[in-house]
Amino acid sequence: MESIVHFLFSHREVIFIIVLSVFLGIEVISNVPSVLHTPLMSGANAISGVIVIGGIILVGHSDTSRISLNLVLGILAILFGTLNVAGGFVVTDRMLEMFRKKKK
Amino acid sequence: MDAFLLDYSLTRGEVILEFGYLIAAVCFIIGLKLLSNPVRARKGNTFAAGGMFLAVIVTIVFHKDSTGAGIASANSIIIVVTISLGIIAGGILARKVRMTEMPQLVSFFNATGGAASALVALIEYSNPANLSPLVTLLSLVIGSIAFSGSIIAYFKLDGKVGDISFSFMKYINSLFLLVILAFVMIMLTGDYGSGMDQILVYTLLFISLIYGVLFVIPIGGADMPVVISLLNSFTGIAAALAGFIYQNQAMILGGIFVGSAGTILTVLMCRAMNRSLLNVIMGAFGGTGQSGGNEPGAQIKEITASDAAVLLSYSGKVVIVPGYGLAVAQAQHECQEMVRLLEEKGIEVRYAIHPVAGRMPGHMNVLLAEAEVPYEKLVEMDTINPELKNTDVVVVIGANDVVNPAAEEDPSSPIFGMPIIRAHEARNIIVMKRGMGLGYAAIENSLFYHEKSRMFFGNARDSIRKLIVEIKVL
Repeated sequence: MESIVHFLFSHREVIFIIVLSVFLGIEVISNVPSVLHTPLMSGANAISGVIVIGGIILVGHSDTSRISLNLVLGILAILFGTLNVAGGFVVTDRMLEMFRKKKK
Repeated sequence: MDAFLLDYSLTRGEVILEFGYLIAAVCFIIGLKLLSNPVRARKGNTFAAGGMFLAVIVTIVFHKDSTGAGIASANSIIIVVTISLGIIAGGILARKVRMTEMPQLVSFFNATGGAASALVALIEYSNPANLSPLVTLLSLVIGSIAFSGSIIAYFKLDGKVGDISFSFMKYINSLFLLVILAFVMIMLTGDYGSGMDQILVYTLLFISLIYGVLFVIPIGGADMPVVISLLNSFTGIAAALAGFIYQNQAMILGGIFVGSAGTILTVLMCRAMNRSLLNVIMGAFGGTGQSGGNEPGAQIKEITASDAAVLLSYSGKVVIVPGYGLAVAQAQHECQEMVRLLEEKGIEVRYAIHPVAGRMPGHMNVLLAEAEVPYEKLVEMDTINPELKNTDVVVVIGANDVVNPAAEEDPSSPIFGMPIIRAHEARNIIVMKRGMGLGYAAIENSLFYHEKSRMFFGNARDSIRKLIVEIKVL
């Protein structure tokens, strides 16, 4: 019990951020027309590729003088994360491009 | 200035890093906000992408580990090369894929994000400097489930994996979940030495991957969009948890943001189909059979191209109900050409769009927009339904479940309660279909046996071309 309280207290700032961003996320999405569900999902999907930063930190501070399993896995994490980010944003843009055409 | 920084034992780089993350997070928020507005959505996507680019750049340039060492140039080169490869591969995949296969692609990209989270957590778990084993294990579990679940969703959308469901599946899944929780508890409380720890963490990874498969495989193909949206929020949560390990604001904010937005989006999608999320996950949708339609003695009636052309050409109001069949046949351009011909004859033609027409909400709008159908021609279900009584002809092209009257009339039907386009209320109905195959929910459709219905069999594209020829000679 004490350890939980300690954990919560020592991470209070992060917990603040998490709780507030949950509400922000809900607030931002709630009035979206169903037409935009797919692009929105795809855009959010691209943002979840932010994990690529974790991969960068990992590979950035690992020993590159020899090939280790962790280095290989870290590089794979960057590759997968980037696929998620780049592919996600490009495919979203492609969907939205079609919406824009009709505005002419 | 530097003296001030020294007081807080900060370097200039750390300040730039933190504020860079702040700006990136603001870009994510503005991006998603704009994405929920049809006119400015594209700008929103660019905003979010810009935020991501900024976050990546400041991390490579300014990130320091706990000893204060930055990222060495050799490491930077590896990182930049890997990212470039990812951008090229992702960009090509996203550009090349056909619009009809887009839902699969989104699912695939979600899988890669989940895999990245699982990998980061896997490496971090054996890092002695990592002080948050619980968070790390959760990130591993959730990331793996998102990965394997999305891969199954991908194959299901592609039609390569069917719905596999047993009555006791529910119990197996619950059992797996308990095993995962037990594993996490065991790993957190005991000290087993690093060798055993490695075996345990890889076992946990393996069990989580299997759970992801078991979680998605019994869910009906028609519900895949909801599942992908749910798994998308899983990926976000996994990324946020990984961000917690590094106390990295951009990862935490971005991840949580996607997690909560994705969850709300999932609920909105369920609401569009008038079902609860629990019902989607637990209820085996479709596959069970013959309920609805097909009364004894019911006969289907076919119509020829020339008869259909006459019927259409002498109508006042026509409504087209497009479905996945139209998309698969790539018939959206032909369809729009037919509509233009009819409009030249002074006929009012509109498209009725069901919220889940195609394979995802909004999918059909994208496909029709590609064929340059004007936006105002696309009418949402709730607006068109009251007007269908006064419509002369409804043309159902490759749609099935979204016009199945069983959803309103037959409480025993698996799709009962799903809102539908009431095509059966129109004066005449032409159904273009490849054959008498069942729709995605795998149930019979009484609309096809309706006395007002006429079936026009064939590939949607060929059928519409035949119609165009006939309409032109009239």
